[in-house]
Amino acid sequence: MSRKLLLEHINVPGINTLEVYRQKGGYRAVEKALKTLTPEEIVEEVKKSGLRGRGGAGFPTGMKWSFLAKPEGVARYLVCNADESEPGTFKDRYLMTHIPHALIEGMIVSSFALGAKVSYIYVRGEMMPQIRILEKAIAEAKAAGWLGKNILGTGYDLELYVQPGGGAYICGEETALLESLEGKRGNPRIKPPFPAIAGLYGCPTVVNNVESIAAVVPIINDGGDEYAKIGIGRSTGTKLISASGNLVKPGVYEIELGLPVEEFIYSDEYCGGIANGKKLKATVAGGSSVPILPANLTLKYANGEPRLMSYESLSEGGFATGTMLGSGGFIAFDEDQCIVRNTWNFARFYHHESCGQCSPCREGTGWMEKVLHKIEHGHGKMEDVDLLWDIQRKIEGNTICPLGDAAAWPVASAIRHFRDEFEWHIKEPIKSQQQNYGLANYANPIAKAEEVKNPN
Amino acid sequence: MLKVEEQTPVVFSSELLAKFDEVITRYPADKTKSALLPLLHLVQAEFLWVSTSAMDQVADYLKIQPIEVYEVATFYSMYFLKPQGKYAMEVCRTGPCCLVGAEKILNHLESKLGVKEGEVTADGLFSFRGVECLAACGFGPVLQISPEYTFYENLTTESVDKLIEDLKNKI
Repeated sequence: MSRKLLLEHINVPGINTLEVYRQKGGYRAVEKALKTLTPEEIVEEVKKSGLRGRGGAGFPTGMKWSFLAKPEGVARYLVCNADESEPGTFKDRYLMTHIPHALIEGMIVSSFALGAKVSYIYVRGEMMPQIRILEKAIAEAKAAGWLGKNILGTGYDLELYVQPGGGAYICGEETALLESLEGKRGNPRIKPPFPAIAGLYGCPTVVNNVESIAAVVPIINDGGDEYAKIGIGRSTGTKLISASGNLVKPGVYEIELGLPVEEFIYSDEYCGGIANGKKLKATVAGGSSVPILPANLTLKYANGEPRLMSYESLSEGGFATGTMLGSGGFIAFDEDQCIVRNTWNFARFYHHESCGQCSPCREGTGWMEKVLHKIEHGHGKMEDVDLLWDIQRKIEGNTICPLGDAAAWPVASAIRHFRDEFEWHIKEPIKSQQQNYGLANYANPIAKAEEVKNPN
Repeated sequence: MLKVEEQTPVVFSSELLAKFDEVITRYPADKTKSALLPLLHLVQAEFLWVSTSAMDQVADYLKIQPIEVYEVATFYSMYFLKPQGKYAMEVCRTGPCCLVGAEKILNHLESKLGVKEGEVTADGLFSFRGVECLAACGFGPVLQISPEYTFYENLTTESVDKLIEDLKNKI
C-alpha cells in the first residue's frame, strides 16, 4: 500500500466532524504553525517540500507564495480555488465532501504564512451541498477557537468565508476567479500584474487549489523534507487522481507520484482494469485539456519504457508522444468509444465556456465545434481535418488566458494520434453512423512497431 | 430572457433581506459588489428564477447599476432567466459522463417528461437541461436538481424513473 497523506482517514465514520477529525490528529498543523513557526519558516517548509500546484499548472506552491508583495498597511488575501470544473476532475469535490476540515486546517496555516486576515474559498456554484458542508465545518472550527479573533491566544485573527460561483469553467482561471469574487463577469485579466502584486480588490493575493492547500497540513506536520522524500524527482508527494470513464473502479485515488500508469489502470488497488472485459483504446491523463493519447503511448514512451504517473513522465516526448499530469483527471476510453464524438463533445464544452474576450478563442472554439459536428454526423470532407488543425493552431498561444490552449490541445492531439479514425468517418459516412472504428492499432506496441508482433 | 413588461414585480421578504445583510458582512465595506453572485443565488432559491424586477432590486440593494447585475446574471450559466419547473433537473453532458451513458439519460428524460430541453411540464413540476461538467465524472451519469442542488449519481433509466415518481409523490 502506498502512503496516504490526504485520504488516510477517509473511511473513518464522522471524519467530516471537528471532533473525529481532531481525534485523528487534525489541527495539529495549526498549533505547530501558529505557536512554533514564523510565517517565513512555513513558506520555507512548503518550498522544501517541492509541492507543485495541484490545480493543473503544476507551478511550485512555495515559490508562488514567496512572490507575494507585502506593502505596509495593505491587506493581503488567500483565495482557495475550489471552482473544480475541468472535465474528468472531481477530487476537490470528494475532499471537501468527506474531509472538509482538511481544507480549513490548510487554509488557516496558509493564511497565517501569507499574513492574510480574511480568506475566501471560492467554490463552484453547482456544489451547493459542499458549500453547506464547508460552512458548517467553518462554524464548528470558529466555535472551537480555530478561527476568529486571537486564535490559540497567539494574537492572529482570521475570518474564512465561502463564496459560491455562478457556473463558469473560466472562473477556474485565477484572475477570472478574482473578477468573479469581485461580483463581475469571469473575464480573465491581462497579466502582469500578477495576483501576487495586484489580485483581489487590487491587493496582493495568492490563489491556490484545494488539494494544494490541504497538502500544506502534512507538510507542516512532518516537515517539507519528509514530504519531498515521497514521489519521484521533481514530482514530490502524493496526488489525488480522479479516475473516470470505462474503468472497473472509477473514483478518487491518492497515489504516490511515480506510480506506473499500467499499475494505476490495471491493479486492484486502483482502477481494477477496463470495465466489462474490454480493451483500453485511449486515455486523457490530466483533465480534458491535456492531449489525448492512444493506449500504447499511455502505458509506454515511444521508446518502449514504461510511463509513470508524474509531471515529468506524463510529459515525456512533448506533445508529439506525451501528455500532461494536469489536474489529475484520468479518463479512460474503451475500444467501443469514438474519438471523433468525444473530440466534438470537448470542443462543444470549450465553446460553451469561452468567456468571449479574445476572438481566436471566441470564434475558433465555435468553428471547431461545428466542423467536428459535421464530421461526426457523416457530412465531413477530407479537407476539414486540415481545417481543424489550422484553427486550433491559430487559437493556441493567441489568447489572454490558457482556455484557448485548453481548447486547442484536445483537437490537435486527437488529429495527431487518431487521424485515421477521422478520415474513416469522412470516407464511410453511412457506416460510421452505424458502427464505431474500434480499437484499430491504438494498443499495438509502438517501439519498432514493424519488428514487434502484436500478441493479439 | 423574458421581456420586462411580461414580468410581475417580485417583493423581497424581510427574511430574504436579512440573509442579504449577513452576506455583505463578508467583504470590505466598500467592496460589497462581491455579494452579487451569492445574492442572485438567494433570489433564485426563493423565486426559482431571476427576474428583471429581482435583478433591479438587487442592484438597488448593492447600490450598483442594474446593468452590472444583468451582465453577471447573463454570463453565468446557473441563473435561470425564465421560470423553470419546480424541480429543474440538470444532467451533465460532458465527455466522461457520455462515456458511461449520459446521452441516454437526456433522451430518456425527454420522452419520460414529454417536454424538450428547457421546457416546463404542464403541471409545472419538471424541467430539464444538459449542463457542462459537474465534477463528478467517476460517478456518472449524474444529475442535480435546483434550487437545493441535490445530487444523484450512477444514473440508470430505471433510477431516473424512480426519482421522478418520488418527486411527484412528495407534493
